[in-house]
Amino acid sequence: MLSSLSFGDTGKMKEYHYTGAVEHRFSPYAFNGGTVLAVAGEDFAIVASDTRLSEGYSIHCRDSPKCYKLTDTTVIGCSGFHGDCLTLTKIIDARLKMYKHSNNKMMTSGAIAAMLSTILYGRRFFPYYVYNIIGGLDEEGKGAVYSFDPVGSYQRDTYKAGGSASAMLQPLLDNQIGFKNMEGVQHVPLTKEKAVQLVKDVFVSAAERDVYTGDALRICLITKEGMDEQTIPLRRD
Amino acid sequence: MALASVLSSDLGDFSYEKCQPVDFIGGLGPNAANYESAPGESLSFAVRNPLFGEADDDVEKKIQFLHGTTTLAFKFQHGVIVAVDSRATAGAYIASQTVKKVIEINPYLLGTMAGGAADCSFWERLLARQCRIYELRNKERISVAAASKLLANMVYQYKGMGLSMGTMVCGWDKRGPGLYYVDSEGNRVCGDLFAVGSGSMYAYGVIDSGLRQDLTVEEACELGRRAIYQATYRDAYSGGQVNLYHVHSEGWTRVSQDDVLKLHQQYKGQA
Repeated sequence: MLSSLSFGDTGKMKEYHYTGAVEHRFSPYAFNGGTVLAVAGEDFAIVASDTRLSEGYSIHCRDSPKCYKLTDTTVIGCSGFHGDCLTLTKIIDARLKMYKHSNNKMMTSGAIAAMLSTILYGRRFFPYYVYNIIGGLDEEGKGAVYSFDPVGSYQRDTYKAGGSASAMLQPLLDNQIGFKNMEGVQHVPLTKEKAVQLVKDVFVSAAERDVYTGDALRICLITKEGMDEQTIPLRRD
Repeated sequence: MALASVLSSDLGDFSYEKCQPVDFIGGLGPNAANYESAPGESLSFAVRNPLFGEADDDVEKKIQFLHGTTTLAFKFQHGVIVAVDSRATAGAYIASQTVKKVIEINPYLLGTMAGGAADCSFWERLLARQCRIYELRNKERISVAAASKLLANMVYQYKGMGLSMGTMVCGWDKRGPGLYYVDSEGNRVCGDLFAVGSGSMYAYGVIDSGLRQDLTVEEACELGRRAIYQATYRDAYSGGQVNLYHVHSEGWTRVSQDDVLKLHQQYKGQA
């Protein structure tokens, strides 16, 4: 077997097997990391994201939140490829304006979710590499969370985590908010304060174990009074 | 194409023409074989993304869509029973345990979802629109055969481009109960019993052993429920809840939604 240890140009040790000429294809996508989370309560919704923007082994920016405000009652969290996140949010903003001008009212959360599904599916054969989660209040004032896959399949949830640490956060939310796999526990409705504290705890845990999550946490709390933002520091390593 | 005409807006920014990856399809001819599925097999394979070369695998995660499922439908003397699970997977990660895999096209037509979640929900939503247009133009409800044909023809235009959809169109029209299987390969067949998805083989086993034409509604519902439960038991990619619908002459009714864990306790107690 032909193999050799050598030092790569970054100074890290590499082990590779000589396989002959390799063609490197240009990839139009990059993975910029980041985790997004949304929780729906009785009369509130929370959308939270970390603020680290990375690529490979580097951190590009420590202050790049992934929550974008769409309307007074709706916030979207986008993680994945940052280029597509930016373009997608621009397109959504433009479509919101168009709807406002032709229908003389703001889009509701449910309508934005349905519209986003068709926008994403329009690029079915060259997808937006974005994992979206919309959080907001529905027409009755109840909290609503809509989670998407990159090509537009969506459904309404009570809570959802997306992005690089989603597989770590989702089981914890299943247990604490969904009361899954707990016998004989009373299902108490989630209060605003408890939800915010849970989100903070959950992101602190994610930052411990996921390299792409950290630096700071941006929480957007949506109630009928409006949108409230807070930023909490996380591990920067 | 159908997709372009639906999604075109005044700005024209989102039109399909700009995204048409004609070059890539040609270049991936030999590779396309990797993603074919034999009829009746699992429809939960990875959708080919022409711009996602295999070289990127170790550096970046591939974009993962949602699929993996068990759905079934069968005719009996009182109509059609439709039973589905509710799990959606993205690779080995369970993305959701509460997916609605039965799409309510209109009050008397149902469509099931297997394969790519976005493909199924998008095209069946489009089908709902076409069915409504038919009703307005012809002043009568569309037949199940015609609705399934509309769907089959819509996706046939995209054959070979990587759509992943295996659906059953179920309804009741003037010919009685109707059940058609339509998929993204171009198949459209009428039948009395279908099971689609990665867990379909397990479901067939249970249904075939219990199916009679003279079942009562409760017996038929229980048969469908048990078949999906057994499939979720053995298939890793199926699970969550069992959603059961009954299509009869007045339209469809949502019969039940049972968590698989609860059914497990129930059947264990019976045995």
